[in-house]
Amino acid sequence: MTELGVTPSQTVGPFLHLGLEWADGPYVVPPSTAGALRIGGFVFDGRGEPVPDAMVETWQADPDGRFDHPDDPRGAAKSSVSGFRGFGRSATDRLGRWWILTVKPGLLPAPEGAVEAPHLDISVFGRGMLNRVVTRLYFPDELAANAADPVLASVEEGRRSSLVAAEGEDGLRFDIWLQGEHETVFFAV
Amino acid sequence: MAGLILPHYKADPPDAHPPLDSPGYRSTSLRHPKQPLVALPQRLTEITGPLLGDGRIGEPDHDLTRQCAAEPIGQRIIVHGRVVDSTGRPVPSTLLEIWQANASGRYHHAIDTWPAPVDPNFTGVGRTLTDAEGRYEFVTIKPGAYPWRNHDNAWRPAHIHFSLFGRAFTQRLITQMYFPDDPLFSQDPIFNSVRDPKARQRMVSSYDHARTSPEWALAFRFDLVLRGATPFEEDDDDD
Repeated sequence: MTELGVTPSQTVGPFLHLGLEWADGPYVVPPSTAGALRIGGFVFDGRGEPVPDAMVETWQADPDGRFDHPDDPRGAAKSSVSGFRGFGRSATDRLGRWWILTVKPGLLPAPEGAVEAPHLDISVFGRGMLNRVVTRLYFPDELAANAADPVLASVEEGRRSSLVAAEGEDGLRFDIWLQGEHETVFFAV
Repeated sequence: MAGLILPHYKADPPDAHPPLDSPGYRSTSLRHPKQPLVALPQRLTEITGPLLGDGRIGEPDHDLTRQCAAEPIGQRIIVHGRVVDSTGRPVPSTLLEIWQANASGRYHHAIDTWPAPVDPNFTGVGRTLTDAEGRYEFVTIKPGAYPWRNHDNAWRPAHIHFSLFGRAFTQRLITQMYFPDDPLFSQDPIFNSVRDPKARQRMVSSYDHARTSPEWALAFRFDLVLRGATPFEEDDDDD
């Protein structure tokens, strides 16, 4: 089979807000959703300075661990949460902060017979980044599920905490460190 | 769950995308991870993705010359092409988002301070969906080049930013479309961050005389290739 070469990635540049910022971007679920959870934090560069021209995107299963997607071998499933989009998008503000409003995803089956702990897949784009970087967010109240998660287990123990959100004042806090002493674990997908 | 069989998206060749650490583009220095990336086997979250479309597109969104009270200044162009995956399969009904500078090289953005005119009739923002064969089309204005502060007398070649979702988290792509034979390529570290010259050429559109609109607009063709999937994991390895 002839394989076509893929189109290379390029930076979103400093003016990404023009094309990519949506008024409803942060709302993975509608604002009126019962039990909705706010997740947010800062994006930091290698000097520990907040990054004001980045964009964070999230993708996740619904609370039943289902996706409304035809490639899910269990079948596409409409979420029981009305208006659930699964996808969140937040540009960082002038202070380098991002946020989304969502509900906690459910457990997911994995091919080896393992169970994946609730998680969000995250992409980070920005000026100065020629390709996105990918990370995962795990939940701090899921100690047992996190301990059994095959992806977390594949990460060096000392760095796993960078993938677990922290309880904050108004929801969960998840800071993303692009570089430096606290560098977040990033994945090759 | 034993027996969960998933499609698998092939890894991109090592030189297909630019290195996150590209010193010629100065802003990468504090924004690239220094630790090696950890391999993430593709599971349910990675082989699915947002299927956005209906509700995100308004009628004039694909025509950037008809979004304001009057026509923008500049040379009208039609930009069209196909979105396929690396196995050649079309990617249908996928959202494309574009943004760009105006004809004088200025973005409609508060932090763009390059002293070229702002065009009140050009936001530089477009959206559309691919059709069943993966085809798309925008009508817009050819963007101008503009200076930036990366290196001595640095100028960005004219370009249009493209954002694509494909159908899986692994296919997400943001890139830039360039115009053929731009004299500014040789000094641009963003364009040249892609090390493989063939891969670099895949970001350059081609002039398409057949699709011009007589006495109205020039045309450029820009095809995009996203990562391809093998239908099932069992086709890939594990035998």
